[in-house]
Amino acid sequence: MAAYHRPRSLGEALTALAAPHVVLAGGTDFYPARVGRAIDEDVLDIGGIAALRGITEDAAGWRLGATTTWSELIEADLPPLFDGLKQAAREVGGRQIQNVGTIAGNLCNASPAADGVPCLLALDAAAEIAGPTARRLPLGDFVTGARQTALQPGELLAAIHVPRPARPARSGFLKLGARRYLVISIAMAAAVVEFERDRVAAARVAVGACSPVARRLPALEAALIGSGRKQLAARVDAAQLAPLSPIDDVRGSAAYRRDAVVVLLRRLLEGLAS
Amino acid sequence: MKVGFTLNGKAVAWQGAPITRLAAALRDDLGSTGTKIGCDAGDCGACTVLLDGRQTCACLVAMGQIEGRTIETVEGLANGAAALQASFLAHGAAQCGICTPGMLMAAAELLRRNSKPCRGEVEEALGGVLCRCTGYAKIVDAVMNVAAAPPRAPTTGAAVGARLVRVDGLPKVTGREAFGADAVPADALWIRVVRSPHARARFALGDLAPLRQRLAAVLTAADVPFNGYGIYPDIKDQPVLADGVVRYRGEAVVALVGDRRAVLSIRDEDVPIAWLPETPVMGIAAATADGALLVQADKPGNLLLEGGVRRGKVAEAFAAAAAVTEGVFETAFVEHAYIEPEAGWAVRVGDRLEIHASTQTPYMDRDEVASIMRLRPEAVRIVPTACGGGFGGKLDLSVQPLLALAAWALGRPVAFVYTRPESMAASTKRHPSRIAAKFGCDAAGKLLACEVTASFDTGAYASWGPTVANRVPVHAMGPYHVPNVATWGEAFFTNGPPAGAFRGFGVPQAAIAHEAMMDALADKLGIDRLEFRHLNALRAGDSTATGQTLAHSAGLAQCLDALRPHWRKAHQEVAAFNRSGGAKRRGVGIGCMWYGIGNTSMSNPSRMRIGLSPAGTLTLYSGAVDIGQGSNTILSQIAADALGLPVGRIALVAGDTDLTLDAGKTSASRQTFVSGKAAERAAADLRRQILRLANAGTDAALSLDGAVLAVRDGGEVRTIDLAQAGPLIGDGSFDPPTTPLDADGQGIPYATYAFAAQIATVEVDLELGTVKVLRVVAAHDVGRAINPALVEGQIEGGIAQGLGLALMEEYLPGRTENLHDYLIPTVGDVPEIECILIEDREPLGPSGAKGVGEPGLVPTAPAILGAVQHATGVRATRLPLLPHRLREAIVAAEITP
Repeated sequence: MAAYHRPRSLGEALTALAAPHVVLAGGTDFYPARVGRAIDEDVLDIGGIAALRGITEDAAGWRLGATTTWSELIEADLPPLFDGLKQAAREVGGRQIQNVGTIAGNLCNASPAADGVPCLLALDAAAEIAGPTARRLPLGDFVTGARQTALQPGELLAAIHVPRPARPARSGFLKLGARRYLVISIAMAAAVVEFERDRVAAARVAVGACSPVARRLPALEAALIGSGRKQLAARVDAAQLAPLSPIDDVRGSAAYRRDAVVVLLRRLLEGLAS
Repeated sequence: MKVGFTLNGKAVAWQGAPITRLAAALRDDLGSTGTKIGCDAGDCGACTVLLDGRQTCACLVAMGQIEGRTIETVEGLANGAAALQASFLAHGAAQCGICTPGMLMAAAELLRRNSKPCRGEVEEALGGVLCRCTGYAKIVDAVMNVAAAPPRAPTTGAAVGARLVRVDGLPKVTGREAFGADAVPADALWIRVVRSPHARARFALGDLAPLRQRLAAVLTAADVPFNGYGIYPDIKDQPVLADGVVRYRGEAVVALVGDRRAVLSIRDEDVPIAWLPETPVMGIAAATADGALLVQADKPGNLLLEGGVRRGKVAEAFAAAAAVTEGVFETAFVEHAYIEPEAGWAVRVGDRLEIHASTQTPYMDRDEVASIMRLRPEAVRIVPTACGGGFGGKLDLSVQPLLALAAWALGRPVAFVYTRPESMAASTKRHPSRIAAKFGCDAAGKLLACEVTASFDTGAYASWGPTVANRVPVHAMGPYHVPNVATWGEAFFTNGPPAGAFRGFGVPQAAIAHEAMMDALADKLGIDRLEFRHLNALRAGDSTATGQTLAHSAGLAQCLDALRPHWRKAHQEVAAFNRSGGAKRRGVGIGCMWYGIGNTSMSNPSRMRIGLSPAGTLTLYSGAVDIGQGSNTILSQIAADALGLPVGRIALVAGDTDLTLDAGKTSASRQTFVSGKAAERAAADLRRQILRLANAGTDAALSLDGAVLAVRDGGEVRTIDLAQAGPLIGDGSFDPPTTPLDADGQGIPYATYAFAAQIATVEVDLELGTVKVLRVVAAHDVGRAINPALVEGQIEGGIAQGLGLALMEEYLPGRTENLHDYLIPTVGDVPEIECILIEDREPLGPSGAKGVGEPGLVPTAPAILGAVQHATGVRATRLPLLPHRLREAIVAAEITP
């Protein structure tokens, strides 16, 4: 019989991780990968660790505990900076998934179509990694490829940190899918824009499901600086999509994704301007 | 590990492996089989329970996670949500019932927070639960109107036409309904099948002895007494277990039988199979290419079947036509996606086999299992469980042959429950099609000629392929009077999954082509698309292309008349919307259909019995399987009125081949028309016997009080003591009158036809290629609506499937074998639907009724595609019209906002 640990403290969890375990939190990726067969892996269930749960705020920003669920995020009292992430949370599966699925699980599963990743990239988030040596990584360095992360054996994603922007910021998220609910994204876009006197002072824009890992679009971000609210959408240009490498799959063609992303970005920025 | 938690208000102590799914523990250990498993992957929501008051998929929760927490399942709803359950019943929100517990739990969570939710809030709350039967309309209504009063029970003699609550509905809303996986004996052994990962390969089995030592049995082709089955008596081409050759991905190769945990812990790679993959033949073009490899060695040219209908002088008619149009349309494999995967169990009882399984066709199952086992048909008893959706997919054998083999050999109960990926890989699909159509009309718009060649990919085995290839040429000209016709149907074997029966038997694919032709001809002549169809609609008195004169009940023109005001209003609204410009463009489209009820030019009788016992129990013995469409209720309504007793007095014994007579398959929209007529005749036979005993006239009124039957004839009342006179048994049968088709397809293929027209309003995002269907108005000639609520349920559910066919559904072996890559419509995708029932009586049918099971789906895709064309100018020729396909067509056509 395989082992199942459900520690109450992070320390216990890290002790257990001295041996390889599959980490279980919300189960929304764990169980679908094990349909119709006996589960024989050693499992570390991190759902009982209080230190990994919940959202806290300090002067530097916010800490989203690893096992914070999408529903907890949606219901949390957070500034408009988080509107995009909340919009994404509402698009992750159905309510059933949102009620148990965790933000950290979305990152660790590292699907190219993970809805949380573009938003967290746009939020300039960092991953707090617990392990033999605690460390922090920018999110872009944490998710390293399709289904790949920077987690080393013995390490655990403990939290996600979102820095407080220098100025009031607005954020948004748009997802494109072939049906209304329960849909894997064909493409998605997230943006955080900081305004100063009605001009863009800083912008972070990311696109998901169009590359092995969601990518920021630095050229677009640069082009947005100094823009007035009404000109935001007009500054989107297909040439800014160079970091993307969309593929043909069952959900859409590469060419379509490139085309659609431009539309999503324009609409997203238009929404942020209003 | 011990886990203590609260289940439906009671403290529970559970013991087992903590990684066990909550859904499994509830069902297997705690007796709460009301929680259904549709996918085990969080994709369908059937297992939705409340965890600390929040809706959660029980398949995604580890038992180790619920210590001290609170679980509520459908079984606990009676304590607080009885009104919601009653509302589901009253609204007809449960059809097959497999998604109902999950829907109820999701709705209960919403209603606790918000007792008066708006439509959008209901959709948000139910968005995670898939339903394949209802089209969600009645579910949303039930949640929004919990306090609505239930329909009143009809009085004696007025059951037909009443919105009677489904007679078998209560267990569906309480969770007590037993589907294929719900009543498995505790001591049952378990089957797990190793399936081919290749679409085409040869293979050799290695030494299975080590596995056989660990398990009760390891079955291979060598263990099957007669290793071939198939729908047609002369085509038994599909092996129960592959014998050295596999012809599609998902084909069964080895069956492991043993303790459940033991068989589930053996991985495919632990079973010694040496594979020699070969290049598969995929698609019609590959199957028909010069020198194509053969899928079945004895089927030259990979041809299963071909044939057509010829009438008049087609070439001359085209030459004389004022307008001619042509097009080629392609559709994909479509998955039935019933929420209940195939499931059942079997036991050997002496020298007989008893199989309890989810099926649409108990008698065919019986005969087919007997053939495989080399037993007499009477040695096999099929006891249909509740069927959690079929749509044609449960007309083929699935779990039954291996259950029979294992139960027979081992003498112990054996269970077999497909996983979702297994269900999708192994089961039949809608035939992919390539339909080339050419239609011509005169200057006034009257159709003169049509030429249609419908080619089908029938996959690796015949299944229902001949039925599709036969039915389509008869229907391919559409529900129109066309004097000169040449239609052709042909089906080719490929290394795709077997294509079988799926709601409409190829007619939905054909309708996509003929309706595009109608739109194109109407546009060419500048005639309104609805009026063009009205002009050409088949009417009573017309001859069809097979030379059959439609004497009665051809209500297409009435359907179009009923739609005309909606059509005009929709056009005005769409034009107003489009004037504002922008990336969103709206359009309106129309689709028409006809559908022959029952088998094509083949006998398909039904026989029913109804009896009064000495104790005064009135029982309808029906071999018809209600797969959610409502035949149990419909047959009861018909029988009650024909007999003259209240419908509420009828108890039902359904499906069991030991207790009922053969009522034929639940397919081809035939149960209301064929079995309904048999039930009507059986009840009339019983009534005649009663009247004879009472020496009463035909207008006498009956009433039943205990075992005493009172017969009131004028002022006189005579009583019959059933304890003395019973049992009384009425017998009735019906076989719709048809004739064989000759070499030119001339004859009477069906006794009657359903007709319908639907209009769809859509909104297209020109920049993204996405389509949102806003509204569908559906007018259906059903002859007579025995139960309007159930008829609407069939239409609404058909529309949802038609929408999926048009916009999102495409089964790709190995790539969309689950319900997150294979998309079916959610509650948020199905539009507002208005049903208009046209009742152009069919004298042959019970109370004038025809069928409606399949017709709901047929016009939907054409209406949506016509609406997309109206909005964008793009006519889809390849389905599904996924966003990227539509966007690419919009770009190619240089259409801009």
